[in-house]
Amino acid sequence: MSDTIDVRYVAKLARIALTDEEVDRFGAQLADLLTHVDALAELDTNAIAATAQVVESRNVQRADSPAPCLDRETVLAQAPQRQGGFFRVPRIIAE
Amino acid sequence: MSGIVERGAAEIAREVNGGTISAIEVTEAALAQVDAVEARTGAFLTVLHELARKVAAGVDARVRGGERLPLAGVPLAVKDNMCLTGTRTTCGSKILEHWVAPYTATAVARMLAAGCVPIGKTNLDEFAMGSSCENSALGITRNPYDLERVPGGSSGGSAAAVAARETALALGSDTGGSIREPGAFCNLIGFKPTYGRVSRYGLIAFASSLDQIGPLARTVEDAALAYEAMSGHDPMDATSIDRPVEPAVTALREDLRGLRVGIVREFDTEKLGTELDAAYRRAYAELEKLGARMVDVSLPTADYGLATYYLIAPAECSSNLSRFDGVRYGLRVDAPDVQAMYERTRAAGFGPEVKRRILIGTHALSSGYYDAYYVRAQKARTLIARDFENAFADCDLIASPAASCPAFRFNAKSDPYSMYLMDYYTIPMSLAGLPALSVPCGWITPAGGTNPMPLGLQLCAPLFGEPLLLGAAHAYERATMYASRHAPQLGGEVRA
Repeated sequence: MSDTIDVRYVAKLARIALTDEEVDRFGAQLADLLTHVDALAELDTNAIAATAQVVESRNVQRADSPAPCLDRETVLAQAPQRQGGFFRVPRIIAE
Repeated sequence: MSGIVERGAAEIAREVNGGTISAIEVTEAALAQVDAVEARTGAFLTVLHELARKVAAGVDARVRGGERLPLAGVPLAVKDNMCLTGTRTTCGSKILEHWVAPYTATAVARMLAAGCVPIGKTNLDEFAMGSSCENSALGITRNPYDLERVPGGSSGGSAAAVAARETALALGSDTGGSIREPGAFCNLIGFKPTYGRVSRYGLIAFASSLDQIGPLARTVEDAALAYEAMSGHDPMDATSIDRPVEPAVTALREDLRGLRVGIVREFDTEKLGTELDAAYRRAYAELEKLGARMVDVSLPTADYGLATYYLIAPAECSSNLSRFDGVRYGLRVDAPDVQAMYERTRAAGFGPEVKRRILIGTHALSSGYYDAYYVRAQKARTLIARDFENAFADCDLIASPAASCPAFRFNAKSDPYSMYLMDYYTIPMSLAGLPALSVPCGWITPAGGTNPMPLGLQLCAPLFGEPLLLGAAHAYERATMYASRHAPQLGGEVRA
């Protein structure tokens, strides 16, 4: 494990714009947190299975049959921007 | 109307079902109490005057029609990360500040079906990330027992509402302690059921393998009634457990004879200082006096709980919160291209703690770090759950502090890690999915403070051990009656 974190790179992955001040502050705070989580290296986990969820559960399946869902107007009513029956977003592919 | 707001859920339901008081009368008393104290508590982000009156009228009509409802007319506060159709649901975040839920969470719907009246939506740490409510972007909530102190968190608004007698019951959500710690800080029962026992449908996700809805109440009986009303399988949540809910109210008991209560060796209370150490030793002695046999148990990996949690919860949060991108709902900050729109929207919409957790989670899941952080934490989680299994071979319940201190002053925990330490005693149970609750166990006047502040005892049971857990908490509550020793300190306008 490592106690360094490339905050600018991670913020890019997480799609969050950070100010220079935030890069410094979060960088220091997250490095501090990572020194605490590094303690996990002390545990011998080689032969241990990972737990994703504690309460035992099998694959949950249900019949693939149509059922009522939210209507389009209800959903689009809170869209930041819409165009007809669609969500409108800024340009995705550069010219 | 004097006195109505002091009544618990069980008493209100009995009277409304019996016709000696109407749900409308109870609702008006609750709304009047909200008007009287809300300027000081700040428990609510939205008060639902109109909806509350409409629902109350419906409850009265059902009762007149001959129905008997387990929570008839009981005023309910709902943490603002749970959906209720037509009401603003903010998660305490600017990114959802104006979002109106188009559907209702299953737990909320079940409470309303049982007769509850929704009084409002309560404040929380943004997206339930925090232990003091100070991370809310939308308001400050104060502890009704000392307005200079935090109510705990993240379900701080729900705890403050019940403590200030604004409602008889509240729904909270607990990911690492977010019901139990505010319960302890506000002199309440804060109860987190087994993971999967209550549907998460309509609870806005933070860390999906840990999130669990539960009640905050002034008595164990009220918490048990709420638990019975909201629990059980829901096809809308694939992780909800398909297994019958055993009755809890009829399992309430008056003593602990025949029970073995484990005290965790690693949770040595001496490190909490003389006064807290004495308080918890006394609480353990009280359990013994009620007939419990006290046994020494060990959770060797419990100390790794925080480290495990602060990888798993942020990892899940970074994934869950990716849906807030300015496209379909919530805040959007315009930009010439979609990439910049995402980045500016999320920069403006999320507060610092949410950003920190998204960043740490993204880091833990990123290429090159995934095995070292995320997978290792999941393996540590296995060890922690196994520790509890071993401990429960020797005991029926585990007792511990619910928090390492009473409610603290605003701005007292300025560095993030000191805030994370607040959940030291509650996180291991969350990682193991176990049912646990906080019950009032004493009072302490903190150094420099003037008001006595409540302390909470955490009790924890094996998976699906809710009837035993609530039953034992009831015996402790009835024998000690700590909750009623001091009243909230809200000034002259609080109605008794």
